[in-house]
Amino acid sequence: MFGTLRTLWLTFLHMGHRRETVGYPEHKPPLPPRYRGRIILSRDPDGMERCVACNLCAVACPVDCISLQKAEQDGRWYPEYFRINFSRCIFCGLCEEACPTYAIQLTPDFEMSEYLRSNLVYEKEDLLISGPGKYPDYSFFNVAGVKIPGKDKGEAEREAPPVDLHTLLP
Amino acid sequence: MTAPLPVIIGVTLVVLLGLATFLTWFERRLLGLWQDRYGPNRVGPGGLLQAVADGVKILFKQDWIPPFADRAVFVLAPAIGMMTVLLSFGVIPVTALWSIAGTLDVGLLFVLAMMGMGVYGVVLAGWASNSKYALLGGMRAAAQMISYEVFMGLSVLGVVMQAGSFNMRDIVLAQSGLWFVVPQALGCAVFLLAGIAETHRLPFDLPEGENELGAGFHTEYSGMKFGMFFLAEYAGIVLVSALLATLYLGGWQGPLLPPALWFALKTGMLVCLFILLRAALPRPRYDQLMALGWKILLPLSLLNIAATGAILLLRTPG
Repeated sequence: MFGTLRTLWLTFLHMGHRRETVGYPEHKPPLPPRYRGRIILSRDPDGMERCVACNLCAVACPVDCISLQKAEQDGRWYPEYFRINFSRCIFCGLCEEACPTYAIQLTPDFEMSEYLRSNLVYEKEDLLISGPGKYPDYSFFNVAGVKIPGKDKGEAEREAPPVDLHTLLP
Repeated sequence: MTAPLPVIIGVTLVVLLGLATFLTWFERRLLGLWQDRYGPNRVGPGGLLQAVADGVKILFKQDWIPPFADRAVFVLAPAIGMMTVLLSFGVIPVTALWSIAGTLDVGLLFVLAMMGMGVYGVVLAGWASNSKYALLGGMRAAAQMISYEVFMGLSVLGVVMQAGSFNMRDIVLAQSGLWFVVPQALGCAVFLLAGIAETHRLPFDLPEGENELGAGFHTEYSGMKFGMFFLAEYAGIVLVSALLATLYLGGWQGPLLPPALWFALKTGMLVCLFILLRAALPRPRYDQLMALGWKILLPLSLLNIAATGAILLLRTPG
């Protein structure tokens, strides 16, 4: 009897409590920066595409939603096309972990509903952003020993000049 | 300023049905408030038009009568449930001048009779559905409502003895000095519990206990026939609240504010109490419900009658 009345009273007191519901479209919930949402392709600080079309993301993807084709220009590899089917994507983030160049990144944005399923297939133009994303200073070709225009072998960061094999002869 | 009878009937009907519809939304909002969430707040201002949206939806639903059901009774049952509740409002005096038949000599008996009839709506629905869950729900309803009707009748006897009349208006007028809730506190409590059981509202909603019986007596109902049960339930809440206000809380009487507003205020507060009960309390087991009724409430209401009678006799001069 007393317990019942106490329950009633305590429930009544909940009138003064803050409501837990977040009224979503008006009040966006604060998402952490590492939230796994919409996938983007970032650029390095010079504005060049970071993706080197190594296919590791496509291999890591458990639902096979990434499809790309390699192309090459002046020693730089880049994807000829890069396609993510977001109707399959499960936002697991394995592609981001697999990426050796920090090119593919997940962002705190989940509002990507479409009326047409085919609109969920994002092409490279849709995925590419203009900035470096979460890693502002990283540029893959500046640390890799690949020769590109303006940077010869041995000129990368923390890279010794290549050994001249002829000097090693006995 | 007594209005002509057809006007009163029309206004009462429109207000009641509107109120029952509005309550379906109001209850959900209030439950939300007490459970730290919002409830329906999207359709219209504050979600007020949710009731309209629900009404439109339910009107366009397929009105299906199961082939194994007893057609005539199946159709009749929700109408009985609705009709008895609406008829009961006829004898409730909103103010001294505004009521359909507030001066009826047997007003209170009429309400009890209508509530007794109301059991048929539920029981027949369970029977005519011809399915096991509905039948179990109907059976529970029969046992629960008939047994609680006993204490309901007995608990109001104290009021009748003190007022010396079954006439609802006289009962209200007899409370001009002191509301009956003070001398009849026990009767009021028993009446409240019996009223909850009578409208088969939570926590006494065993006839439709959805975790064990599907939806109980209205398992097989769909569309507007279900809507009729639904609205009848909400009208039943208003009815029991209005009865409590009339019998125990002095009806329209109160200082400063106009009488109709006092009546609405008291009824409204009681409706909120009904919703609070739903928000706070779990459903008892069926045998607990029956034990509470026969072993506690029946002796209590008999004690109440005996005590009231004794005190009245002692006070009577000569």
